[in-house]
Amino acid sequence: MPAVALPATAEWLAALAGSPLPGRRHEDWRFTDLAPLQSVAPEPWTGPDPFALAALPDGITRLEPSEAQQLRSQVLQATGSSAAWPVQLNQGASPRCLALRVSGAAGPLQLSIDAGTAPGLLALQLLLILEDGASLELLQHHSSNAANATSQLTVAQLGHGARLHLGVLAPGDCRASLLSHLAISQAPASALQLTTAVGGWALSRLEPRICQVAGAAHTRLRALQLVDGQDLADTHSHVRFEGPDGELDQLHKVVADGAGRSVFNGAVQVPRKAQQTNAAQLSRTLLLSDRARVDTKPELEIVADDVKCAHGATVSRLQQNELFYLQSRGIGADQASKLLLRGYCEEVLRELPAAAAALNPLQLLLRERP
Amino acid sequence: MIRPDAPLLLDICDLHASVEDQPILKGVNLSIRAGEIHAVMGRNGSGKSTLSKVLAGHPAYTVTAGSVNYRGADLLELDPEQRARIGLFLGFQYPVEIPGVSNLEFLRVATNSRRAERGDEELDTFAFEDLVHERLKVVQMDPAFLGRSVNEGFSGGEKKRNEILQMALLEPLVAILDETDSGLDIDALRIVADGVNQLAGPENATLLITHYQRLLDLITPDYVHVMAAGRILRTGGKELALELERTGYDWVDLELARLEPETVEVA
Ligand SMILES: Nc1ncnc2c1ncn2[C@@H]1O[C@H](COP(=O)(O)OP(=O)(O)O)[C@@H](O)[C@H]1O
Ligand SMILES: [Mg+2]
Repeated sequence: MPAVALPATAEWLAALAGSPLPGRRHEDWRFTDLAPLQSVAPEPWTGPDPFALAALPDGITRLEPSEAQQLRSQVLQATGSSAAWPVQLNQGASPRCLALRVSGAAGPLQLSIDAGTAPGLLALQLLLILEDGASLELLQHHSSNAANATSQLTVAQLGHGARLHLGVLAPGDCRASLLSHLAISQAPASALQLTTAVGGWALSRLEPRICQVAGAAHTRLRALQLVDGQDLADTHSHVRFEGPDGELDQLHKVVADGAGRSVFNGAVQVPRKAQQTNAAQLSRTLLLSDRARVDTKPELEIVADDVKCAHGATVSRLQQNELFYLQSRGIGADQASKLLLRGYCEEVLRELPAAAAALNPLQLLLRERP
Repeated sequence: MIRPDAPLLLDICDLHASVEDQPILKGVNLSIRAGEIHAVMGRNGSGKSTLSKVLAGHPAYTVTAGSVNYRGADLLELDPEQRARIGLFLGFQYPVEIPGVSNLEFLRVATNSRRAERGDEELDTFAFEDLVHERLKVVQMDPAFLGRSVNEGFSGGEKKRNEILQMALLEPLVAILDETDSGLDIDALRIVADGVNQLAGPENATLLITHYQRLLDLITPDYVHVMAAGRILRTGGKELALELERTGYDWVDLELARLEPETVEVA
């Protein structure tokens, strides 16, 4: 069922963001129709603060508001996030805020952000400082059950040698929207692993924006996005190296079914000062329907000359040879297809933080394919 | 073991098949009875793998003439999965890697498909673990391979052992092993040959496709067939393989030239 835009909503959202909704004339939004977002009731989401339930493990303390404020502006500036419309919207929507400092090896943290059945716009901010040498495994679990919208801004600053394993598991609702911007700055010797798995939203837009502030850090991105029905899933990732010896290892996987639409734009910036950067980006699409549409664009800006940058993009159907191999062992064609689809997804899902396993991410994301 | 009164398991009559409208098999005849071990030899490109894939039901190949009877049923009518369930097994020359699909899960689903066909109860994960650990011994395989994705990052030899492990679990009646010996070092070859010998019995039959005598030193065939240009040119006992080892395939070219002088050029 196509979303019906409410005229008041666009105005309300634009007022919150201090800027009109981006449209097709914006290069970054060329393929992304915001109609589902405009079908949300023009009001703040009311319900219990999802962050209030978070139990903080040892090694994690809350930041003072002034510290939080400073952290946010530092990181948003480093990653060049301030001008992104989803960030502007989030900032203007009086977000509920959780601001944390992580020292040493903290226990795993899980945040459940369920927009549930309430209407309106749920805005949240998660701010993290990982001190030098600190480590954290964090799972954000988004969900929804109605025509509402979630606006999430995650800001993280990784100190020297810090390690962050961040997972976003977001099985959605075919009436709901999710806008998630992740601004992450990395000091040298830090390691970021960001694994995102998104599917089933009328509209999802993920914007991981990562800056290695002096290079020499490790960034590992793993993403799975599924579209079916009339879903639209969009990921615009952006990784910038501000110094030498940085590493990026990025895999973006798509499953496109029904009349779904998938957009991936993967920007990588390697300026002259980022010599010896080693960056690899691979985008893979599994096309399960002739009506699905996929737009994939690597956007490599490489100015430094002594670097290794590899990128590749594939679009394929289920592999006949793989199917035949399974069938030749007595596994029926339907079950074989299902096994292959699950295997395709599992390659990314197994890289979510350990806490995700208990949620059975495969079942959550593939629920319309019994 | 040759027993003239043993039941006929597989009967291939005048089989023709093509791929992308290109005829590859041009009249293959072959009968296999229970208890027998057959070897098919022949140069690269002679159609050996094509024969095995046609028998297993690969969709890229079209049968254009002839018949294949499997224990009284028309094999060519059946889907690939159905052929496997009733006891036909193909050990692939190049087993595919399937990232993300757990080897253990794959083996369990496959084993249960075959068991269901035989009227045996489905094995749950625990019962299956017991079975698979027992069968791992057939190919001296490390249980660590169960936890990995199907064939992903396996060496050539490990893939072939995984094939024989599947054979040990599925207990086929007719096993076709396509160049299971290629790419194996001598120790791995011995292990694989040992596995095949353990699984061969009076009720089943094995069709070995190979280039080399060295496999046949370890698994003694009852019949050796020489394939060339999509048909079986000559059939003999195990001494035919030894003769081939001595004389090479040059006589094959001459014989082919005699059979179809207009299509084959002799160098
Ligand atoms: N899927 C395929 N597509 C195109 N040609 C094929 C295919 N499979 C086999 N052929 C051709 O059929 C002939 C026989 O190949 P094959 O059966 O693999 O021989 P062998 O296993 O004896 O080396 C070769 O000329 C090969 O190129
Ligand atoms: Mg071959």
